[in-house]
Amino acid sequence: MHISYQVQAGDFSNAGNVSSNIKKILKQLNFHPSLIKRIIIALYEAEVNVVAHSYGGEVVCNIAPDTVIIVVTDTGPGIPDLSLAMTEGWSTATAEVREMGFGAGMGLANIRKNADELTIDTGANQPTSITMHFSVSTEVKNEP
Amino acid sequence: MTLHEVVEVVQGTVICGRENLSREIHLGFASDLMSDVLTLLADDILLITGLSNNQAIRTAEMSDILQILFVRNKQPTKTMIDLAIEHEITIITTPYSMFRASGLLFNHGLKPVY
Ligand SMILES: Nc1ncnc2c1ncn2[C@@H]1O[C@H](COP(=O)(O)OP(=O)(O)O)[C@@H](O)[C@H]1O
Ligand SMILES: [Mg+2]
Repeated sequence: MHISYQVQAGDFSNAGNVSSNIKKILKQLNFHPSLIKRIIIALYEAEVNVVAHSYGGEVVCNIAPDTVIIVVTDTGPGIPDLSLAMTEGWSTATAEVREMGFGAGMGLANIRKNADELTIDTGANQPTSITMHFSVSTEVKNEP
Repeated sequence: MTLHEVVEVVQGTVICGRENLSREIHLGFASDLMSDVLTLLADDILLITGLSNNQAIRTAEMSDILQILFVRNKQPTKTMIDLAIEHEITIITTPYSMFRASGLLFNHGLKPVY
């Protein structure tokens, strides 16, 4: 199953709509609740980043029985120093973003924590593309 | 404690989700920072916040949190209430500050997440 959604830059009132839609689908497909939570938390932080920091972009979601792959891309302006941006607490968020309850520099770190595999393609004046892999077997392995 | 007790302790007003007031909750988390909330693993949580915007409801939805207490009489908008109803989230408001509401709830047995 392959679905894609557009994400508008600066549109805070709708930030989270894509994550909400994908959550609904994953629930209908009966994925493990803790897998759904990992996916959705990572996706929501990534979606908010597109709204807060980029010129806009899209979310593409590929759902297979054993893996969920989500690619969040935008059209720039990109992240000049990725390892710095991954550092918890580092943020260039505007006052407007902070008023929305984000902008503490914790998003990328939390995405890394929740995804089984994470690839980020970015650079100064470039698009940013975040690929997150979630594998169904992670939850199965952690079952008591 | 039940949500009903929460309402009593903080002199709260129930905005939506009245049908779930008998629900038992054990943990409380107070923050205006949604990224903080998104790091929590538990979901049996009362979110206590002064951040009254769509993202507070969205964050609860994404974190599987089913109850929010808005402090300092922050009034949710119609959009927020509709969103909360859609996701079966109970919204309570209190005139108390975040510190006072949290302190009272702590004294009544609500446990911190960490
Ligand atoms: N999609 C993006 N496009 C451009 N910059 C980004 C993007 N995502 C993150 N960043 C940069 O990385 C920083 C850290 O991101 P994050 O950890 O999510 O924290 P926050 O969003 O709270 O600032 C941001 O402040 C921003 O400078
Ligand atoms: Mg962020």
